[in-house]
Amino acid sequence: MAIRLKVFRFDPEKDEKPYYKVYEVDAEPTDRLLDCLNRIRWEQDPTVAFRMSCGHGVCGSDGMRIDGVCGLPCQRLVKSLGPEVLVEPLPVFRVIKDLVVDLESFFERYRSIKPYLIAASPPPDDERRQSPEEVGLLESAVRCILCACCTSSCPVNQNPETADYVGPAALVRAFRYLFDSRDEGLAQRIPILDRKQGAWGCQTLWKCTEVCPKEIPVTKLIGQVKRKIYEVKKETK
Amino acid sequence: MILEHDIVIVGAGLAGLRAAVEATETADVAVVSKVLPTRSHSGAAQGGITAALGNEEEDRWEWHLFDTVKGGDYLGDQDAVEIMVRDAPRAIYELEHMGVPFSRTPEGRIAQRNFGGHTREYGKAPVKRACHAADHTGRVVLDTLHDQAIRQNVKFYSEHYILSLVFDEGRCTGAVTYDLATGALDFLRAKAVLLATGGCGRVYRTTSNGFATTGEALSLIYREGIPLEDMEFIQFHPTGLFPLGILVSEAARGEGGILRNNAGEPFMERYAPKIKDLAARDIVSRAILTEVRAGRGIGGKGYVNLDLTHLGEQKINEKLWEITSFARIYLGIDAASEPIPVAPTCHYVMGGIPTDGDGHVLADQTGSVVPGLYAAGECACVSVHGANRLGCNSLLDLLVFGRRSGKAMKEEAPGIARSASSLDPVEAVKERLAGLMDRMGGEGMERSYLVREEMQTIMRDHGSVFRTEESLKQGIDAVRVLKERFARVPVTNKGRSFNYDLMETIELGLQLDLCEVILASALHRRESRGAHFREDFPERDDQNYLRHTLVFDTPQGPRIDYKPTVITRFQPQVRVY
Repeated sequence: MAIRLKVFRFDPEKDEKPYYKVYEVDAEPTDRLLDCLNRIRWEQDPTVAFRMSCGHGVCGSDGMRIDGVCGLPCQRLVKSLGPEVLVEPLPVFRVIKDLVVDLESFFERYRSIKPYLIAASPPPDDERRQSPEEVGLLESAVRCILCACCTSSCPVNQNPETADYVGPAALVRAFRYLFDSRDEGLAQRIPILDRKQGAWGCQTLWKCTEVCPKEIPVTKLIGQVKRKIYEVKKETK
Repeated sequence: MILEHDIVIVGAGLAGLRAAVEATETADVAVVSKVLPTRSHSGAAQGGITAALGNEEEDRWEWHLFDTVKGGDYLGDQDAVEIMVRDAPRAIYELEHMGVPFSRTPEGRIAQRNFGGHTREYGKAPVKRACHAADHTGRVVLDTLHDQAIRQNVKFYSEHYILSLVFDEGRCTGAVTYDLATGALDFLRAKAVLLATGGCGRVYRTTSNGFATTGEALSLIYREGIPLEDMEFIQFHPTGLFPLGILVSEAARGEGGILRNNAGEPFMERYAPKIKDLAARDIVSRAILTEVRAGRGIGGKGYVNLDLTHLGEQKINEKLWEITSFARIYLGIDAASEPIPVAPTCHYVMGGIPTDGDGHVLADQTGSVVPGLYAAGECACVSVHGANRLGCNSLLDLLVFGRRSGKAMKEEAPGIARSASSLDPVEAVKERLAGLMDRMGGEGMERSYLVREEMQTIMRDHGSVFRTEESLKQGIDAVRVLKERFARVPVTNKGRSFNYDLMETIELGLQLDLCEVILASALHRRESRGAHFREDFPERDDQNYLRHTLVFDTPQGPRIDYKPTVITRFQPQVRVY
């Protein structure tokens, strides 16, 4: 079957402004949208730029906007799409070329939440103990592949006035360390999160949860971060 | 531009990151990667990491050693295997201390599960040795090590490709890299260079490997006159999701999944009576394809079924969420109620750049070290996996030898003077790139994707699970014809930013070299051992081939040589499971 891809194109080297180009590809219903994009680049137009790596939704490289919704083209099959598909770069981030965006600000925000275990007490010779329930609490959060679909779908991040919000992806990782029974960094973590650019930037609009390719209940996790901040502050008062 | 660092690490997967985290305390370390942070293919590892912790039942490192040696069909160097398995518990505890969210036992210890070829008392029965975080172990370890690298302010050159290694009087003094975003070439000058670039599965048509897994560092080494070791040993993972080849972890069978043919028969009972579905990967892959050849594939097609339906929804959701999500997304199959179609998929290369136990690259049979150059992880061949790698030993290899390489570089770098050469290696690379960019289309023009597809077809048809003399020779001839055709592939994208056309064309040229190396190594090994199965020589021949293949690049083509296997504790025995 034939499928048409209407692809966002922009090459700052030669284009004054972005435009859309329509490509037609022959595809099997079970082909991935990523396969179609590759076929375009290999067979029709080698100048189309997009990132990809694993091809099956574990590396997070190929986040883009598909028919207006952020997702991974390696997870979308042709049969789930209409005869013409609109393919655009992730919003929020600066376009470098075509579907490739500059993720430096994404990783910068990620780094800002101290994404590592803070453990003051010396570790034992073997493993620290942690119950299945304690690690189970982190199970959905550690599925995150940093594809940036949530952050670029968030209306708070999309609004230029509140664009300094750290964003759902960074907060998912903040949750993952904040709620890790082995972590002792609470005192350092709370001030970073207890700000309007931190957890309070979330307006509970659920867009992140709707688009997450790994089905992480992002909004709920952020809600738990907010509750934790509230509890900690109440205790210290 | 010339950029100075003490240590340059190429590759940001587990081996590269583990080395970086080790070395960065005292040295100025830079990590170069083709992809953005956490996109490296280590993240696709699912099932676990081996270590004889004994958390679930009695286990000993000696049993782990034996299993690894037997799994590798006695080709692995036993001194190196011993280093790895004895260091395994420390490597796991260290990860735990860094924060890896391991699955846990009810007592709060790291949970362990069964995996292919992991046994107690030297093969008597399966043992739970695979430490895991559900079925996304690679991803969470990659994230944790990346987080540690952030904490230590490691310098990353992301989306930079390595185009050339630089040598000054025999010492490696850095690498020339290409910045994908700008098209700029840089000379990263260093006292020590570590190659941690992963495998080369993308030379095959069906593979679990990501698009970036093209193995160019192997070809760069080879073209410098450094040999490649044991490249005939390519692992086909038995359970790739059919027809895409996406990895379905052995954890599925470790948790109790069963392979069935078109009659519903659990056929592994016939091939490995003792441990059945938990036999080593080479054996299970051959069994699946033997069933298919006998017409017992599902619907007469090229796959069998992986049955998880008896495991129950709860266990599947807790332990196998990722792989069942693949079945759902790509095939619309609910693994709790229907079997998953699977077939062997190219997964791992046991061979690679010859190294010692501290990552030093070895230039010849006598073990001469290439100064300044190190390799670790899948691109290296220590050799611990021999002729066939056991599941979960790869992550262990990355962690143990990544750390040891980092340690060796950190200790050796201060004693090395900075290269005083005024040589500018960027110019030569620039000329080579310009030559490629100037290749024009027109009459007789070849298309890179067609050449690549044909390469992958040749490797599938001539260099897969079953091999013969005649077929391998045909394959080598076909690759040589393709190399000539490759010379007529133009780079039609002339842009500077994100020119994947240019990068893929360079990769393709290097991949064709690797194909020839793989097939030539396989042609000269006239025996069957581990993943290398010759239908015309179906028996293992220890008299002639209990030794490692070394392939050197010469103007006449690959030259084959050998070096002895190190045997310390276990003399070769008949390998049955």
